[in-house]
Amino acid sequence: MKVSLFITCIGDVVYSSRVGRSVVEVLERAGCEVVFPEKQTCCGQPAFNSGYHKEAKKAAKHFIRTFEHAEAVVAPSGSCAGMVKEYPHLLVDEPSWHDRARKLADKTYEFTQFLVDVLNITDIGAYFPKRVTYHTSCHMTRIMKVTEPPVKLLENVEGITFDTLPYKEQCCGFGGTFSVKMLAISEQMVDDKVKHIVDTKAEVLVGSDLGCLMNIGGRLERLGIDVEVMHIAEVLNQRQETGESVGN
Amino acid sequence: MGIKISNDSFFERVDKGIKNDFMRQAVSSAQDRLEGRKSAITEEMGDWEDWRELSEEIRQHTLENLDYYLNQFAENVAKQGGHVHFAETPEEANEYITNVAKQKNAKKILKAKSMVSEEIGMNEALEKAGCEVIESDLGEWILQLDDHDPPSHIVVPALHKNKEQIRETFHVKRGYEDTAEPERLAKFAREQLRTEFMQADIGITGCNFAVAESGAISLVTNEGNARLATTIPKTTIAVMGMERIVPTWEELDVLVTMLCRSAVGQKLTSYITGLTPSPGGEGDGPEDFHVVIIDNGRSKILGTKYQSALQCIRCAACINVCPVYRHVGGHSYGSIYPGPIGAVLTPLLEGYDDHKELPYASSLCAACTDACPVKIPLHELLIEHRKDIVEKEKLGTFTEKVMMQGFGYGTSHPSFFKMGGKQVPFLMNIVAEGKDGGGIGPGPIKLWTEIRNLPNSKGDTFRKWFKKRKGGARDGNRDDQRER
Ligand code: SF4
Repeated sequence: MKVSLFITCIGDVVYSSRVGRSVVEVLERAGCEVVFPEKQTCCGQPAFNSGYHKEAKKAAKHFIRTFEHAEAVVAPSGSCAGMVKEYPHLLVDEPSWHDRARKLADKTYEFTQFLVDVLNITDIGAYFPKRVTYHTSCHMTRIMKVTEPPVKLLENVEGITFDTLPYKEQCCGFGGTFSVKMLAISEQMVDDKVKHIVDTKAEVLVGSDLGCLMNIGGRLERLGIDVEVMHIAEVLNQRQETGESVGN
Repeated sequence: MGIKISNDSFFERVDKGIKNDFMRQAVSSAQDRLEGRKSAITEEMGDWEDWRELSEEIRQHTLENLDYYLNQFAENVAKQGGHVHFAETPEEANEYITNVAKQKNAKKILKAKSMVSEEIGMNEALEKAGCEVIESDLGEWILQLDDHDPPSHIVVPALHKNKEQIRETFHVKRGYEDTAEPERLAKFAREQLRTEFMQADIGITGCNFAVAESGAISLVTNEGNARLATTIPKTTIAVMGMERIVPTWEELDVLVTMLCRSAVGQKLTSYITGLTPSPGGEGDGPEDFHVVIIDNGRSKILGTKYQSALQCIRCAACINVCPVYRHVGGHSYGSIYPGPIGAVLTPLLEGYDDHKELPYASSLCAACTDACPVKIPLHELLIEHRKDIVEKEKLGTFTEKVMMQGFGYGTSHPSFFKMGGKQVPFLMNIVAEGKDGGGIGPGPIKLWTEIRNLPNSKGDTFRKWFKKRKGGARDGNRDDQRER
């Protein structure tokens, strides 16, 4: 299957190639051909959530133009994939765009959702002998309604010890602009999240949304707490042979 | 009191809330308790989603035909000898209510819990008219004793107080000397309130739902105080928001089921009361029965994109799951309606002037939307508010506007975006804007790094890596070329 990768803003630059690379390699291992439409930009969520819908529409239309011929669009972020699902609603007053948006939304998937629900893969042959816990990000859970796939995938990783995060459905306090606009509140929320992570005694916090990971990871580091933060693709890309990611 | 409960700025209120450890402890344990009970009891129902859909339908149908049902209700109340008064403003409502009190020569007024009476500042109006108003709901009574501390939750008004604080209030105001054990506190409150019940001239209640087909109002309580307030005094006045109505008892059954489960995780609360007028003391209802139906901005919401907010049955499920509420408490919202529904409703009822921060006091995690038994898309309505704030009210800051216009341009011009994307700062600047709406505030990066580190983004961007990579780059470019 040919997959058009939407890497997302944070996936492109903030984590350099670290996450995107694992996404590509895991998808290839799953038998996909991965293409990267170079003209892609941002899904428009920052503008949309801030109420700048004119600007969000521009981003949405550009996204549609860039991806509408894809067989399937995959993003390593539930939130950004969720934004694409929002396009039909955003463009509801422009019938031709609305239609194109709907078709695109129907073939857009979050990374783990694509592996499990489309490719029917729950064991990717990964090996990761560490104690991990998983942060279920809000948009992935509540907007994409994807809850099972990441857990299934992680449970099938060889050597892994998986602990359920207490209060797993509580928001980490990222929320895009919320993380700085409402800094004081965001801080309390992320501190709660950190506390729950520490309570699990996990060595690694795994997530499927880079915004949340950037928030939680940044706070963990600031507080000097030694918990590694990884995107789920990075974990799934660990193999027994080397214990490291392969395919450089 | 009115809707607005504080003159402090939003950020001052939040700061106070966050620093109040007692309150936060009380709020988080109450949230856990209420939410835990709710999950258990909704799971028991099995088909919770079907129930939510049915409830949404009922509420939508009622709002679409609100005129019809309100008229039917009013006619049926009148037929039974009761009185219905439509009040467009709080002033009109209070005038009517104080007039009834004057006619009855009422000195003492016994009140059951009613958010809408808080909304219109009814107590103050009655007190001005020379009446003494006694809250009979335990939570409300505590707040009343505590120098009219405003409610911080729509179902559990004194949720922000712990038992020691309540003991202290009882001690200072009423000479209570016993321990802070809840049973002792409740017993003391009961003794104090019983005397008041017997002497009251008028009972005033809210109204969970009016029933159009029979001209009845219904009350859902756990303490039984509403029953005393409506049976001991000969005159009852019910105040209701104009949207709080159902066509028949059948719909009432569904919504009360949803309300009790969503609000306190009970199948049914201890007392569900249906009330119709009984002039001449024939039946068991009040001899003199008045219903004041309050608009106060609601009819302006009908027919707009915010109409679904009127579906609300005031169960507080959205508040009980809200992570923002958990940390800042109810008073931070500056409104008698806190939490997600408060952030949606308050600006609709009172405008943005005093409440423009509320729609931003949410990470848009959508826990509220998921929890709402009548399926109000709360987080989407918050985004609609943000949209109106920047597009209609032009209240967005200059820097934000410039940044977002740049965003619109950048995201639709890939070469520009790529260039910008090379630097984390640029990205952070489109992801976020200054904090307090002031023109030159600290930049987003500075705010972000006040409490967190930025990830290490050294090395190639993904784009670059993909391009350099054998095979992948060719495919990517080919794909790209075809589109040009
Ligand atoms: S908005 Fe929904 S969840 Fe919140 S109080 Fe109203 S009915 Fe309950």
